[in-house]
Amino acid sequence: MLRMDAQPLTTTLIHRGKRIEVRSGSTLRDAIRKAGFSPEAVLAAKDGELITDDRILLPGDEILLVAVISGG
Amino acid sequence: MRCRICGAPAAINMRQHKLALCRAHFVDWIPEQTERAIDHYKMADRGEKLLVAVSGGKDSLALWDVLHRLGYAADGVYIDLGIDEGIGYSGKSRALCESFAAARGLNLQVVSVPAVYGASIPDVAKKSMRGRRKPCSVCGLVKRHIMNRICREQGYAALATGHNLDDEAAVLLHNAMTWSGGYLVRQAPVLAATRPGLARKIKPFCRIYERETAAYALMQKIEYIYEECPYSEGSSTLYYKEILNRMEEDRPGAKLQFYLAFLQAKDQGLFAPGASGESDLHECAQCGQPTSAPGKCAFCRLWENATPPGLRPPSP
Ligand code: SF4
Ligand SMILES: [Zn+2]
Ligand SMILES: [Zn+2]
Repeated sequence: MLRMDAQPLTTTLIHRGKRIEVRSGSTLRDAIRKAGFSPEAVLAAKDGELITDDRILLPGDEILLVAVISGG
Repeated sequence: MRCRICGAPAAINMRQHKLALCRAHFVDWIPEQTERAIDHYKMADRGEKLLVAVSGGKDSLALWDVLHRLGYAADGVYIDLGIDEGIGYSGKSRALCESFAAARGLNLQVVSVPAVYGASIPDVAKKSMRGRRKPCSVCGLVKRHIMNRICREQGYAALATGHNLDDEAAVLLHNAMTWSGGYLVRQAPVLAATRPGLARKIKPFCRIYERETAAYALMQKIEYIYEECPYSEGSSTLYYKEILNRMEEDRPGAKLQFYLAFLQAKDQGLFAPGASGESDLHECAQCGQPTSAPGKCAFCRLWENATPPGLRPPSP
């Protein structure tokens, strides 16, 4: 059988070193909530630049979530 | 989403202000807002010497950066608490403060608690009633005492701390849950030096969200310690911050309003000034700092109980 090099339909969120696969196509804000985080408690960066959470996630995107809340 | 000022892709959206900004405009917006707070709450005048309490975390280093950019003469003080816990917490955070200061030509004082007083915070806490379970109360006491002493001895006009809106709102919610009148009266952007021996304390970031101080630190490429102090796990501050953020998700601006409305209510006399109990303060027999305890202050008693005679700190 022929194998097609299909694009993954997921986007990867990386939080404290952990990789979380989420479905592409939704907004970043929705994906953050679905992954169990508060959009108020993280910042998101793509390719080293901060981005706003209205972005639509594209397949293959890697988004770094930076936790911002400290307890001291 | 686009920057409101220049139309470039936005790096941050602040829902509570209905304001999205690009990196370049955001890193100028933060100092502007900080300066507004400094003026509004009459925190400091230009030309006054300020001391910034830095921990290696994002808030305090961002604050030092902002004060420096605004042209304040601001030195830093780092207190090495001797907290290692397998992750080298104090060592790492101290190194980050030192390289931050060196890169900007700023003046940093380091006070090592183990070197000066003979024991680390976790060790001294274990030996005292107040810190047997968790060292945080002892840690707070020691930090307050040392900062206060340096500020007064070296003639700084005020001690500036990196407390952000989330910190303030979390403490407020905590104290409101128990209607702790004494704490509520004292919670303010500025704590005046009400008597000799007490330093004036200011919180220039008190209206800035924690998310924004972190964004500022990242955009300014400030290297800060991302790990938490191991003892902060399960802290009530984290708990209240999470609850406030849940409200914030549904109602942007909720936590800002909670804090600002509190300050306003206090200005209008909601809390009686007498509730703070400050009038009972007198000088500690050993170090001279104001205390409400009879005789020696809690700081001096802490080291008396905790260190073997040979290691006792020299009387100041
Ligand atoms: S979490 Fe507790 S022990 Fe750690 S720095 Fe904060 S107050 Fe000190
Ligand atoms: Zn812009
Ligand atoms: Zn004392």
